[in-house]
Amino acid sequence: MRLLEPLLIPLAALVVSLLLFGVFVALAGHNPLQVYHSIYRGAFGSWFSWQNTLVRASPLMLTAMCTALPARVGLIVIGGEGAVVVGALAAALVGIGLNGVFAPVAVIGLMLLAAMACGGLWVAAVGALRHYRGVNETISSLLFNYIAIAILNFLVIGPLRDPASLNKPASVPIGSDNMIGNIAESSVHWGLAYGLLACLTLWLVVRRSTMGFAMDVIGGNPRAAYLAGLPVGRLVILACLLGGAAAGVAGMLEVAAVHGRLSSSVNAGYGYAGILVAFLARHNPLAIIPVALLLGGIRASGGLLQRSHDLPDATVLVLQGIIFLVILASESLYGRTPLSQRPGVTR
Amino acid sequence: MKRRSLLKGIVAAGAASAVAGLGSRAAWAQSKVRMGFIYVGPRDDYGYNQSHFEGKSAVARLDWVKAVDEENVPETIEVVKTMESMINLDGAQVLFPTSFGYFDPHILKVARKYPEVKFLHCGGLWDASKHPRNVGSYFGYIDEPVYLAGIVAGHASKTGKLGYIAAIPIPQVLRNINSFTLGARSVNPQITTQVVFTGGWSNPVKEAESANSMVDQGIDVLTCHVDSPKVVVETAEKRGVYCCGYHTDQSALAPRGFLTGSEWNWAKVYIDYAELIRANAEIPNLVRGGLREGIVKSSGYGPAVSAAAKQAADAVRQKFMDGSMVVYKGPIKDNTGKLVIAEGVEHGQTDITLESMDWLVEGVIGTTKG
Amino acid sequence: MSGEHAGLLGVLIAVLGGAIRVGTPFLFVSLGECLTEKSGRINLGLEGNLVMGAMSGYAISYLSGSAWLGVLAAGLAGALLGALHALLCQQRNVNDIAVGIALMLFGTGLAFFLGKAFIQPTAPRLPAIALGGWSGSPVVRAALEINVLFVIGALLAPAMGWFFRNARWGLMVRTVGESTDAALAMGLDVNRVRFFSTVAGGFLAGVGGSFLSLYYPGSWNEGLSSGQGLMAVALVIFARWNPVSCFYASLLFGGAAALGPALQSVGITWGYYLFNAAPYVLTLLIMIATSSSRRTLTGMPGAFTR
Repeated sequence: MRLLEPLLIPLAALVVSLLLFGVFVALAGHNPLQVYHSIYRGAFGSWFSWQNTLVRASPLMLTAMCTALPARVGLIVIGGEGAVVVGALAAALVGIGLNGVFAPVAVIGLMLLAAMACGGLWVAAVGALRHYRGVNETISSLLFNYIAIAILNFLVIGPLRDPASLNKPASVPIGSDNMIGNIAESSVHWGLAYGLLACLTLWLVVRRSTMGFAMDVIGGNPRAAYLAGLPVGRLVILACLLGGAAAGVAGMLEVAAVHGRLSSSVNAGYGYAGILVAFLARHNPLAIIPVALLLGGIRASGGLLQRSHDLPDATVLVLQGIIFLVILASESLYGRTPLSQRPGVTR
Repeated sequence: MKRRSLLKGIVAAGAASAVAGLGSRAAWAQSKVRMGFIYVGPRDDYGYNQSHFEGKSAVARLDWVKAVDEENVPETIEVVKTMESMINLDGAQVLFPTSFGYFDPHILKVARKYPEVKFLHCGGLWDASKHPRNVGSYFGYIDEPVYLAGIVAGHASKTGKLGYIAAIPIPQVLRNINSFTLGARSVNPQITTQVVFTGGWSNPVKEAESANSMVDQGIDVLTCHVDSPKVVVETAEKRGVYCCGYHTDQSALAPRGFLTGSEWNWAKVYIDYAELIRANAEIPNLVRGGLREGIVKSSGYGPAVSAAAKQAADAVRQKFMDGSMVVYKGPIKDNTGKLVIAEGVEHGQTDITLESMDWLVEGVIGTTKG
Repeated sequence: MSGEHAGLLGVLIAVLGGAIRVGTPFLFVSLGECLTEKSGRINLGLEGNLVMGAMSGYAISYLSGSAWLGVLAAGLAGALLGALHALLCQQRNVNDIAVGIALMLFGTGLAFFLGKAFIQPTAPRLPAIALGGWSGSPVVRAALEINVLFVIGALLAPAMGWFFRNARWGLMVRTVGESTDAALAMGLDVNRVRFFSTVAGGFLAGVGGSFLSLYYPGSWNEGLSSGQGLMAVALVIFARWNPVSCFYASLLFGGAAALGPALQSVGITWGYYLFNAAPYVLTLLIMIATSSSRRTLTGMPGAFTR
């Protein structure tokens, strides 16, 4: 029965948050049922809405990893935003530099590698600072975000600016041949596949490999891990590296699937939402997939809420906040519900 | 009648080659004209987004128009999805994505996918050779009232130092700074304009800090080109210097120091478009216009404006109205000493080359490089 | 009036004035965070308190006509969010940093939602005290236009330092933060102490928000905070959990934020984006320089050593 807990508790929490949100919109003078219906319609109500949701979910899967993986070794990293920016920067530089030099397949592959390497190293630095210097990783990753964004803005408006980009400063394009297209006839770009693949691969790493097991030991009890002779430092940095690499891919997708060039908009705000996804998925890479879909759906429905109910765009922020808070509060229920047959033995 | 001829008159290059796909859609004739508006910031920011929202509200009052809008839409895939959503879920026939950064690549991408929908972008530079025909752009020569504000500022300033708080160095911002400076220097050639770029369209603390720093440097007239001028105007008033508004009317925010301001009148543009669509007429790909066409206007003069200043500004306004005014008339040097417009060369307001301006005129202290 | 204050002296004065103007919200939020962290919890959500405080302060000032009622309302709004944080975090297995991020989202979302109606109206603002009356220079006078909130904050910092060292309650907060076991042995109710510390911290952060909307820059809109609440959390570590150092650090951060515009206003225009990043780089460098895996930070609450 305890196996049901990880499924039922979040579902119950979701229902509770929707009820609370219903009270909120009712207080604001709207009919909650109609609002629910619009959220459903905007997120999952039709194939059009599904595509809308999917295209938002893929970067969330990748940025969530930047918080989820370090969390497995006990670090709370909020540097997804910075890794996205650095990944985008690396991908754009490679794309621009190699445009026309190599075949598109090779350029895309190299952009991917560069984004993974740079995003990964960016966050690995946070892990290394934590491990070797005791620098608080939450704060340093936050600062890394601001620094990455400042560097991006500087480059886009200065050295990398394409003079032809008139009213929106941007770099020269990476070339339309080097762009990642959409899946079949849909309007969802291939980034979705990247996101799913990353979630599955990292789930295997976390759940099925010795390394993943060692990471969990470190996350559970670092002293025991030391005593057991685990290479704690290496694993901590590796977890950050993998997380950062995933977020770097999200940045590469912004360049290669959405914008086709570098501009300040490649920082599309998926970094902070990814933190939310990671915590809601309890840092489980596989659970990140449905949570990212849910969050992507909520964000996708924001526009419809504005247009059909005249609700401000902040409505979806409030909804996300409520869901986040309720699900976090529900963490305390694990092992305490009637479903857990032998209370007291858990954890 | 007047409106039609106006739109025709102000259409610049490329219009002739553009055939709107809308002509074939007679089916729409019975139903309402459906328009979608997209803003990058909040609807009520006392600035750019509000000016468009006011335009949308005006056109939405017509009983044969159905207008939807969405605020705070970032220049990312979000705007792509918002446009598609307005087309698919609200049946929008014409979209007005109003932020500069929406144009390339987002509008161009979606426009190719929905050839039967019109995409009219505010400020973009539509190019017949490169861009889809169902895309168009509209903009106002707001630098005309800005030039007038420069004249008024030139009269009001005692220190001869003006301050311009701007978001980022892009052509439309640079053109405003240059026109303001040229206006002021037409009064007194010794006047300088100090520019501070805040790096973003909305950053109130930096805007206030820039305003304070400039007043500390002896600057006594401030103006700005950011999304919401509220902070700059209020800071100027607090510090006891003069200010010129932008985007909408801010005179109420600075009862003592407000000189004049430059405002959009999008209601006119949007109603014109709505009527063209209703009449199934061809929609021009480039719509431009200034004071004469009523797309932009000046805010009323504040109490601090002298009679001489009013007279000087109104005289030039008259020349804008009759089309005889040319702001960019050579010789003009940039602020590095380079001759950018040669002797005898004139760029009239409708000249599209002015829309890719990348220099600051002599007398401006600042640089276009980050 | 012109000339006398041109150049680098002007920059210096502008940065000094900016340090006070821009630094005050940092000061309040960091003092609030300092108090919370001393009790052994991190509230990363003070950005939410700040924005919520800014909105409610402006709204109440506009509705009631009294800016000081606005400040109070801002504090109360912040305290409510703080209470939410404390109540959630005292549940088993609930991570304080995650709750902080959630509250940041919730607080800003709520403030934007409720604040729509208050972007347009003009509310009464907080008055300033002119401390520069002695000076003939308008620049100096402007730089020394000090808001009462800054004075309160400046007095609060040493008072809080004294509180931690000498007051009974201060010792309680510190004990709870240093070691839960020791606190339990002394018969302290850990959750209660943390609750009050987080609520009080939230209150201060809310007040910091009201400074933004009611004094400087002095209006309410959605772009008002550019992450000052988040930065203030970093600042506490920078100040090593010492309230008086929080005061200096806030001034330093404020001054650093004022540096970019001030340099541009005298014609030093290169690389303003990089100047804007100065506070972050500075904090990072100091964090790296003052941290060490061997030595716990002096002043760091014991609960933070994992």
